[in-house]
Amino acid sequence: MSKHAPEPISMFDARIMGPALLDSFKKLDPRILWRNPVMFCVEIASAITLVTFGMSLTGANREPAWFTGTVSVWLWLTVIFATFAEALAEGRGKARAASLRKTRTDVTAKRLNKPKFGSDYTLVGANQLRKDDYILVEAGELIAGDGDVIAGAALVNEAAVTGESAPVVRESGGDRSAVTGGTTVIANAIIVRITANPGETFLDRMISLIEGAKRRKTPNEIALEVLLIALTLVFLLVCANISPLSIYSVKAAGQGTPVSLTILVALFVCLAPTTIAALLPAIGIAGMDRLFQKNVIALSGRAIEAAGDVNVLLLDKTGTITLGNREAVAFVPVGGHSEQELAEAALMASLTDETPEGRSVVVLAKQQYGMKQESLLPDAETIAFSADTRLSGVNAGGKQYRKGAADSTVAFVKTLGAKTIPSNLEDVVDKIARAGATPLVVSCDAEILGVINLKDIVKGGIQERFQQLRSMGIKTIMITGDNPLTAAAIAAEAQVDDFLAQAKPEDKLRLIRENQEAGYMVAMTGDGTNDAPALAQADVAVAMNTGTQPAREAANIIDLDSNPTKLLDIVEVGKQILMTRGNLTTFSISNDVAKYFAIIPAMLLSIYPQLGLLNIMHLATPLSAILSAVIFNAVIIPLLVPLALKGTKFRPMPAEKLLIHNLLIYGVGGIIAPFVGIKAIDMVVGMFV
Amino acid sequence: MNMYEWVEIIFFFVVLLVLVKPLGIFMARVYQGERTFLSPLLAPGENLLYRICGVEKDDEMDWKRYAWAMVLFNLVLFVALFAILMLQHLLPLNPQKFPAFSWQLALNTAISFVTNTNWQAYSGETAASYFTQMVGLAVHNFVSAATGMAIVIALIRGFARRKTSMLGNFWVDMTRGTLYILLPLSLIGAIFLVSQGVIQNFSAYKTVPLVQAITYDKPKLDDKGNPLKDAKGNPVTESVTAKEVTIPMGPVASQEVIKELGTNGGGFFNANSAHPFENPTPLSHFLEILLILLIPGALTYTFGVMVGNPRQGWALLGVMLLLLIASFAVLQGVEVSGNPLLAKLGVQGANLEGKELRFSLAGTNLFTVATTGTSCGAVAAMHDSLTPMGGMIPLSLILLGEIVFGGVGSGLYTMLAFAVIAVFVSGLMIGRTPEYLGKKIEVREMWMSIITILTAGIVVLILSGIAMITPPAAASMANPGAHGLSEVLYAFASMANNNGSAFAGLNANVNFYNILGSLAMILGRYVPAVAVLAMAGSLAEKKYVPPSLGTLPTDKVPFALWLTLVILIVGALTFFPALSLGPIVEQLTMLGGK
Repeated sequence: MSKHAPEPISMFDARIMGPALLDSFKKLDPRILWRNPVMFCVEIASAITLVTFGMSLTGANREPAWFTGTVSVWLWLTVIFATFAEALAEGRGKARAASLRKTRTDVTAKRLNKPKFGSDYTLVGANQLRKDDYILVEAGELIAGDGDVIAGAALVNEAAVTGESAPVVRESGGDRSAVTGGTTVIANAIIVRITANPGETFLDRMISLIEGAKRRKTPNEIALEVLLIALTLVFLLVCANISPLSIYSVKAAGQGTPVSLTILVALFVCLAPTTIAALLPAIGIAGMDRLFQKNVIALSGRAIEAAGDVNVLLLDKTGTITLGNREAVAFVPVGGHSEQELAEAALMASLTDETPEGRSVVVLAKQQYGMKQESLLPDAETIAFSADTRLSGVNAGGKQYRKGAADSTVAFVKTLGAKTIPSNLEDVVDKIARAGATPLVVSCDAEILGVINLKDIVKGGIQERFQQLRSMGIKTIMITGDNPLTAAAIAAEAQVDDFLAQAKPEDKLRLIRENQEAGYMVAMTGDGTNDAPALAQADVAVAMNTGTQPAREAANIIDLDSNPTKLLDIVEVGKQILMTRGNLTTFSISNDVAKYFAIIPAMLLSIYPQLGLLNIMHLATPLSAILSAVIFNAVIIPLLVPLALKGTKFRPMPAEKLLIHNLLIYGVGGIIAPFVGIKAIDMVVGMFV
Repeated sequence: MNMYEWVEIIFFFVVLLVLVKPLGIFMARVYQGERTFLSPLLAPGENLLYRICGVEKDDEMDWKRYAWAMVLFNLVLFVALFAILMLQHLLPLNPQKFPAFSWQLALNTAISFVTNTNWQAYSGETAASYFTQMVGLAVHNFVSAATGMAIVIALIRGFARRKTSMLGNFWVDMTRGTLYILLPLSLIGAIFLVSQGVIQNFSAYKTVPLVQAITYDKPKLDDKGNPLKDAKGNPVTESVTAKEVTIPMGPVASQEVIKELGTNGGGFFNANSAHPFENPTPLSHFLEILLILLIPGALTYTFGVMVGNPRQGWALLGVMLLLLIASFAVLQGVEVSGNPLLAKLGVQGANLEGKELRFSLAGTNLFTVATTGTSCGAVAAMHDSLTPMGGMIPLSLILLGEIVFGGVGSGLYTMLAFAVIAVFVSGLMIGRTPEYLGKKIEVREMWMSIITILTAGIVVLILSGIAMITPPAAASMANPGAHGLSEVLYAFASMANNNGSAFAGLNANVNFYNILGSLAMILGRYVPAVAVLAMAGSLAEKKYVPPSLGTLPTDKVPFALWLTLVILIVGALTFFPALSLGPIVEQLTMLGGK
């Protein structure tokens, strides 16, 4: 299978930079910018410096015009860098959304009068389709809207949505009935009941999510903004306070001039947490975009952040922990039956079983025991597997062939009047189960013949992954329909923390509720309709794109690759977003220490020359010191844009270690970096001043 | 420090730490309504009180009712005290026939005592009758302390409880806090102080002849009582010779203990704990410092017990101790090095001006950091006379928000608000929705914590700015220049943070300071208090998130250090410019030899 994630678009691509630049100016509109209150304040500050620049030109202000002018330019650049960072992050999404939109061009649909093949239809545009309309889609046609297949089966190419070129089967009933608007039917015809009105389809939602148009701030983001606004307010007052204090000090010292408005405004912008405020929107948007690159669509930013908080991960064993398909490797007869007898019954019970396990039983029976049966007798009746009986098989030739979990098969034969159960059955079943394989008990009528040994293969490297999760404080629970012994063996091999064996859908739901009651955040993956209640209950619910419509609706994250291990990536991105915000906040605030040491001595030097001792960076002149701090404060934003878009590196380690690690980089680094940066800028600026 | 000082300081901290646990457990039992060894003695009276006042013991309140009860109770107390001050001349126990307070001074004083600030724009011995001192001021020393404790207990319940909106009953918390904690400790303390020589009587003041007549310089005052200044702005003095002295009397011991125990700080006499009748011996000095730190320290343990993990309390106490000891070390260091300008003139050694030498240099400095680290504000030394750097220590301790032990209750709840902010940022840094003690920190908690920690700072910034450019405000400064700025900054810091100590040198009994100061005290007390209760209400409703490896442990050294850093950074970023125009420039000037 060829999987190709959406083509990664470099953020320095001209296709993105151009429009982003334009957007960054549009975003200067105060009616838009007020949504980022810190940058809004900076914009007002920049406007004030324009006025003081004007006053300098006319001589109403004693500061040189080159100084107020340069300060003004750099303050405006600070705002523009911020809007540019946001525009850049949105740009990647917009470019992707544009390519998705192409698939949605005017599709016509055949709206059926009655939901039957052969019924009359009228041709309508896709935008005229409403919920509960029925449409016919034939080979080579685009499916006009999201819906459920209610009749027929077809091969569907979903590359438009998933980037997956291999077509998939979509058929009525069962867990593969959902189709997505914009995908193409390659062979056969199906009748689809439309489940979404125009504008509300999966593709529409996806486009608006990727574009960031409907992006709403997450609770964490708002809480952080509260902190940033409070800090901004305090710094505003700090700067306002300096003015009267300096007026008094001039009188007291008998020399110098009070601190000017331009310098106060410059100090305010330097102190306000502009770095994090400028990059905050970009961090969230970029996080969603990174997930999209991994072929995961988060239906809200909140879901991704919740993923970062997950403490309990429910993972389906099959396909996630093990390689998915179990293989029959041996037939073990019990109660005096022969291997041949058992092989024959196993073959009969599996002939119509299209699951990989069923097919592997047929293969084993044919290859090792020379069975020849190709097709069933005409009167044969298939008994499909159901989650309740947990049995499957065939009624043929007056006999009832069954295979299934030990307890269900035993229960079944008892209902047929079996008086004794072979005494060595339990031993055989236990032995197979303890080895981590799945024992499948085979019966014919009321007779138990033996056990199929289905071997389960744990994915390579999965233990390491769980080890990482554990060190992050995330508990993994394996969900499996296997009996407890088998489950325990595989759980031990894969090193999951816990398992739920013989799980029915309601068990999953109960497990989630119990964990949530205990205060945990629970994540799970699912695809079947019977997973929908559990998905709806889970805090982070990942639905496979191959899943049913109810499953996809109950979920808040959709995995286009239908790869259940994706949950681990989602957790990682969720944590990365929060970490990037936290680290940049710490960095931004730590920066203020150096800025104080640059600006305070510079602006008070005329009043108290002794304060020159605080000029520990030995900056050239007071004006160059202030300019250098302002320039540093502005250029640090574009310098950190790549970090904001990529996210800070994630390392799975216990919380305390991680905190110390990040504090050393962003806290201590945040104190040192501006000292170096401001000094370097001052050396350049000093040449001109 | 000499041998005696080392022993004194080390012994002091050992005694303090030994007392934290038993008192902490006792207070937890008191507030959780459990039986204590005092119950047989006090429970009948307690229950009788409830019956008389119609308080249903088990009628729990949500945060709004709790806050209303607190505010209304304080309002009634304010009115009562205001009335006593205005009617002082008509009330009994006034042997010196003191007149009524002016309404501005009465307003300021009443607010000052209701808010646990005890800023005193009057001198006790020349303005307040025994009735005012005992029935007016001392009562407030008890109830304002109990109010602070009730609020922090409500917050602790918010952390400890799950999925409820109820925070306890304000009246019960007030009653139990006063009856079981403050009264018994005050009683023991008062008896001990009397044994050391603290006076307790209702006698009229005594006038006795001096053994030797003294001539001294006295600042000249104008008609309004403001100090006169010459052209250069230096105070004008006149020479006075005294042959006899008036010795003030009064019921001092009973008020002295609660002054410290409740971190109130309003001295019976103007000289406060430097006065020999308030603080006669090294032992009484030791006890008074201990009383200041005792309840705020022990409350951290109460907190630990009530949230089910005493280590959480130790972590906060660790942060407080670290800041207190570091402040003490700096203060001691700069005061011992003294003033290089004086050294040039041949005066060698430590800066002894304004210190009470009976209690050793270290002992006085310990009192200074204890009284400013907590919101006590009693003084045993003139903070105005410290070296500039030394003076910055008490000023900074106040500006940090009174969290270095802090006021009874208020210190811990402000510290907890800081912890919430620290947890929030560190939580983001490790990639999790931040949680503290199993409670998620969300938008509402952020708002309330920020209001709690920033209100006082904002008030200081605004009011000190106004004062510097308001002529009558500036006229009150005894010293021109940067030191005058320090005095004004200190005054507003002290009032907004409900400390109540003064840098001296500033004549604060003028309308400007009386009225704006009252505003500062009200905002500094009630805005955070209500915000804390709102946060408690929101926390109590949350469910509990059990800790995992991904949870940041908040009871270990790394978090404690991070919290310390957050406190210092918030304080430094807010006040560095103002401090650089005050004490910092003074210090640099002094070191520069000018």
